[in-house]
Amino acid sequence: MYSEKVMDHFTNPRNMGEIEAASGVGTVGNAKCGDIMRIYLDIDENHVIRDCKFKTFGCGAAVATSSMATELVKGKTVEEAMAVTNQAVMEALDGLPPVKVHCSLLAEEAIHAALWDYAQKNGIEIKGLKEPKKDIHEDEEEETDWQA
Amino acid sequence: MDGIVYLDNAATTKTAPQVVEAMLPYFSEHYGNASSIYGLGQESQKAIDQARERIGVSLNAAPEEIYFTAGGTEADNWALIAAAEAYEAKGKHIITSCIEHHAVLHTCRYLERRGYEVTYLPVKENGMVDLEALKQAVRPDTILISVMFANNEIGTIQPIEEIGRLAKEKGILFHTDAVQAYGHLPIDVQALSIDLLSASGHKLQGPKGIGFLYIRKGVKIRAFLHGGAQERKRRAGTENVPAIAGLGTAVQRAFTGLTERMEKESRLRDYLIRRIEEEIPYCRLNGDRTERLPGNVHFCFRFIEGESLLMLLDGKGICASSGSACTSGSLDPSHVLLAIGLPHEIAHGSLRLTLNQENTVEELDYTVEAVREAVERLRGMSPLYEDFVKQEKLK
Repeated sequence: MYSEKVMDHFTNPRNMGEIEAASGVGTVGNAKCGDIMRIYLDIDENHVIRDCKFKTFGCGAAVATSSMATELVKGKTVEEAMAVTNQAVMEALDGLPPVKVHCSLLAEEAIHAALWDYAQKNGIEIKGLKEPKKDIHEDEEEETDWQA
Repeated sequence: MDGIVYLDNAATTKTAPQVVEAMLPYFSEHYGNASSIYGLGQESQKAIDQARERIGVSLNAAPEEIYFTAGGTEADNWALIAAAEAYEAKGKHIITSCIEHHAVLHTCRYLERRGYEVTYLPVKENGMVDLEALKQAVRPDTILISVMFANNEIGTIQPIEEIGRLAKEKGILFHTDAVQAYGHLPIDVQALSIDLLSASGHKLQGPKGIGFLYIRKGVKIRAFLHGGAQERKRRAGTENVPAIAGLGTAVQRAFTGLTERMEKESRLRDYLIRRIEEEIPYCRLNGDRTERLPGNVHFCFRFIEGESLLMLLDGKGICASSGSACTSGSLDPSHVLLAIGLPHEIAHGSLRLTLNQENTVEELDYTVEAVREAVERLRGMSPLYEDFVKQEKLK
């Protein structure tokens, strides 16, 4: 079902983790739908992405697209990072099954959300970047009995 | 661990070697059509009669009440559609549960589009149908109650005796989808007042593509497939003799020493449940603890998603299943997990392990280790877990 590249990025995710005091953080997705992606960016004074990390709750494709997206934006300027579209992520992974295309969209949105956070913090504008959709964490009351 | 650890017996089972052996002669040796008059055909007829006899005995039913089908799905479709049509003069109301298999649920939807009314009973947190809700749902125009014997995902065994009694008192037909239960639990259609029962061969180490519908004598049910006179003119088509012979052998195997097998599987099941509960934090056992299929283990693990978990387990040679959206082919997690009241994000993190008597304690130990590692790894990647840990620190 998945390409070898997807399996590789799922099994050995690149850049998984957090960045303390990141220049920009973006979280997108919705636990209700089963995918949440968080991207951390470390950006230098020349607007170059020095480091990028991710955390993802989701299926194999969600993990693989996050991993690939971090690889694609690392070392790029923020403007160049805008060219990392979901299409680019999918191509780099040798394609995704049709039901998983939304994962690549989420990866693109997560990068944009992190860039937006960076732009807001620094009072700059990145060409083509729009305000991300509101993070849709649902505040559902939990009444589930957990075995702690 | 060499090879694979197969823990998806609710999906399908390994065909038993004796079953394969029983089937083989009916391909190129006794290949005659059972409807033919000559000896070669009669060999096939004998195999069919023997299988029907064995199934009848297993259910405390007469052999002529057993009708072979191409599997559980066909039996469910047939039971519901034919019963609805046969009894529509009495009414057009059907009662079922909201945790049925799609073979029943989608057939109900089909009937709704054709003017029938269907009540979908809610279930309690343990997955059991609410008998009070059932009583209240019964109407003068109710013609059929269809409630599964045991649930395929969370393993909960339904109060079939009570439902059967109520249906009988009210003069309503009672169908049960026993695909997960048949061959794994004792079933007596007389004692349980079951009028229609669906079962499938490949869930009890029989072949795929064969099943049956039990139809109580006297129940007016029309033919489902029209054509030849096979299956007492109710299910036309040349019989799948090798599969029927295989099913007969599978049934005989399943019901020989059933009690001992149930005990053995329950012990393995409870061992697996206990180890997971003790060793993996933030897990939740779904389904009833005791009224549960002997081989069923079903958990949700908080902060993670099921498909990733299955992929990591697959990497360790473990075959399991999940009710996450990604494995259901839609954006919603399993309807069963939502029906027992789990929020979406928790239902996404589910894992079903279904064992049989051939699984060993070593395999289960290996599995617990693999699940624990995989869950930890996925939590390490999960922003939900990250947020949770940060919140816990603030407390």
